[in-house]
Amino acid sequence: MYKIAVIGDRDSVLGFKALGLDVFFTEMDEDARTTLHRLAQQEYAIIYLVEELYEPLHAEIAKYKDFATPAIILIPGKSGSLGLAEAALQSAVERAVGADIS
Amino acid sequence: MTGKTINPTRMELTRLKGRLKTAVRGHKLLKDKRDEMMKQFLDIVRRNRVLRRKVEEGIARSNAALTVAAAIMGPEMLEQALLYPKAGVELDVSYRNIMSVNVPVYDFHTTNDDPAELFPYGFAQTSGELDAALEQINEVFHDMLELAEVEKSMQLLAQEIEKTRRRVNALEYVMIPETERNIRYISMKLDENERGNTTRLMKVKDMVLQDAHRYRK
Repeated sequence: MYKIAVIGDRDSVLGFKALGLDVFFTEMDEDARTTLHRLAQQEYAIIYLVEELYEPLHAEIAKYKDFATPAIILIPGKSGSLGLAEAALQSAVERAVGADIS
Repeated sequence: MTGKTINPTRMELTRLKGRLKTAVRGHKLLKDKRDEMMKQFLDIVRRNRVLRRKVEEGIARSNAALTVAAAIMGPEMLEQALLYPKAGVELDVSYRNIMSVNVPVYDFHTTNDDPAELFPYGFAQTSGELDAALEQINEVFHDMLELAEVEKSMQLLAQEIEKTRRRVNALEYVMIPETERNIRYISMKLDENERGNTTRLMKVKDMVLQDAHRYRK
């Protein structure tokens, strides 16, 4: 049985707690990094991560990209979408096709 | 020729021809695999875009409602209200095979099916905006799960396509041309030997004939 985690600052992810997801509040990048690693070792199949944390954690995220679990999915934080997910999509397309096609 | 020397023998030639055949067949198969994966991949990318937009809009809406709720109730009360959720989510992960890439399929069920259980607080002390926010989040959650599935599939497929593409290119631009060059080299060398042998035989024959008939006194 797998679980779902949400990592982010308090205001952005509080609502997910009501759904029964495991919510982890992290204000600092270092916190988020250790939390992410810890969760990846455990039985979390999906980890939702607010976009604000993508920049400091992108090396860690890239590490888990090629494994089947966990899936690390970016969600917009309280300040709205930063367009990072779209950029990640674009880079995946580039990786597959070998060229920028858009 | 390139790199190491090869023996211009008939056995080596047969071996190389067999290898070329295998390489060509492998190249064709991998190319087909790559094309099919690319087709699937682009479908997934398209679906990912749609879902991503839906999820981002849904989360933005619920965040807006939550902000209003926090403003009305105060952040401490809000947090208290949400602190102990009644609903729980469990997730089953199975795998689907797309062109020999295992992509996850998520199947979730809540431990509590009563829709009223979404709200883990009494209605007396909380504002209506909070209810609205939670409803929004609940709505978008299905799309969030699907998004996770699609996005992970996309990442895994991208990786596999990259690998296959490299293999196809290695076969097409390195392995096959090199083998062909080696085959040509060996057959030319063998032909040359054959010609050398023929002339030598002719020469010997002349010499033997000359000897036998004592043309030269």
